[in-house]
Amino acid sequence: MGQFLHEFFNPLDFLRATPQVWSGFVFNLRLMVVAEALVLVLALLVAIVRGLPGRAAMPFRGLAILYTDFFRGTPLILVLLIVEGFATLNYFGLSSGTLFLNGLIALVLVYTAYVTEVYRAGIESVHPSQRMAARSLGLSYMQTMRYVVLPQAIRRVVPPLLNDFVGLQKDTALVTIIGLVEAVAQAGQYSSDYLNDTGLMVAAVFFILLTIPLARFTDHIIRQRERRERAQVV
Amino acid sequence: MSENGNFVSMQGVRKSFDDLEVLHGIDLDVGEHEVVCLIGASGSGKSTLLRCINLLERIDEGTIVFDGQTITGTKVDVNRLRQKIGIVFQAYNLFPHMTVLQNVMLAPRKALGVSRADAEERARTLLKAIGLAEKADEFPDRLSGGQQQRVAIARALALEPKLMLLDEITSALDPQLIGEVLELVRQLADSGMTMILATHEMSFAREVANTVCFLDAGVIHEQGTPAEIFSSPREPRTREFLSRVLEAGRL
Repeated sequence: MGQFLHEFFNPLDFLRATPQVWSGFVFNLRLMVVAEALVLVLALLVAIVRGLPGRAAMPFRGLAILYTDFFRGTPLILVLLIVEGFATLNYFGLSSGTLFLNGLIALVLVYTAYVTEVYRAGIESVHPSQRMAARSLGLSYMQTMRYVVLPQAIRRVVPPLLNDFVGLQKDTALVTIIGLVEAVAQAGQYSSDYLNDTGLMVAAVFFILLTIPLARFTDHIIRQRERRERAQVV
Repeated sequence: MSENGNFVSMQGVRKSFDDLEVLHGIDLDVGEHEVVCLIGASGSGKSTLLRCINLLERIDEGTIVFDGQTITGTKVDVNRLRQKIGIVFQAYNLFPHMTVLQNVMLAPRKALGVSRADAEERARTLLKAIGLAEKADEFPDRLSGGQQQRVAIARALALEPKLMLLDEITSALDPQLIGEVLELVRQLADSGMTMILATHEMSFAREVANTVCFLDAGVIHEQGTPAEIFSSPREPRTREFLSRVLEAGRL
């Protein structure tokens, strides 16, 4: 037991490893913030394209489906290695010097595919009578999406969206395999330098501390909205 | 009342959903300022007929002329057309994420491009007219069914339409809430609004309609003044339908 505590939960090592792991975690933070912002916007665009009506939009719908199928079905770690492969050969302006960008591209490609499906479920959950009402008022298809369908859809998908973002935040750790020195790499470095795994626990604490407030914040938003919009139960 | 019978003119209108033909050749003329009531059992095609007029449904055959324009052709700006034809649905279909005021302002703002101030002024005037001025900043789910339906009517009126289509607008309401909605429709009729309404409220149809049409299985079997249809229907099917309605009323 003493051995176990010493190996994983040594207070001294905890304090000593914290600055080092933090220096790596800064990259995880940057990566997740930029990736989440991009994913929110791009996934919405892909979801809208996937829902476009009419025969003329068929090729675009097809491309959107192809994209989501491919990147939802491919493990992130593979996408990372593939992007790294492109970078080694300097394809698409990438290089081994653009580690952050390489990791970001892989994360965004994979998570946009997931979040597209989340948005799509939200869009489809809005009752067709809402679109009909909006169109009957002379609003165009795009205006109907913008003012009637999407606001309702996005509100509904906040919890599953958050769920995917928790996944994304944790998966920023995977970029370590293409050589970006982030929290997990720093923790591993600490382990081999001091022959003690407490650094890994420090990294775990950082990741956990990040997701908990996010979950509570979402709960808060949901409750607030319910209070405002729903009739009170008498 | 104008007897100019071609403000809305439907000729040989047919509409099928998959293999089921819902409208079997409808001919209907509605004059300006006229109120036409469509009566008939559920599934007789009343709602589909209304939805064809503002092109929420595309017809398969026939023509519809509205205000001198053939709207069933290929070069019709459906959004422009729908701005001139208001429709109110059985289930209100208010936008739940917007306040009452925002619901009424949306179409004038976005479809017509009216300025925010003008749209708000017009919306508040309308809400006052329907007696719901103090509910402007509430969300629809906090309103009673009757209030929601009145807001839906105001929302349609905000575009200053030339024609109103009312699709069984009291069918989802508790009996004690029907009166307030019908009163509003009565005022609209008195103001000269051209209206086509599908309804199960026979006494109301008798009171406000200039013309009553009895639909059965996608065909207008009989049309005439309320007195003709309700007091001395010619067709056996009309008689049968009315006696069933009467019986149901008695129970």
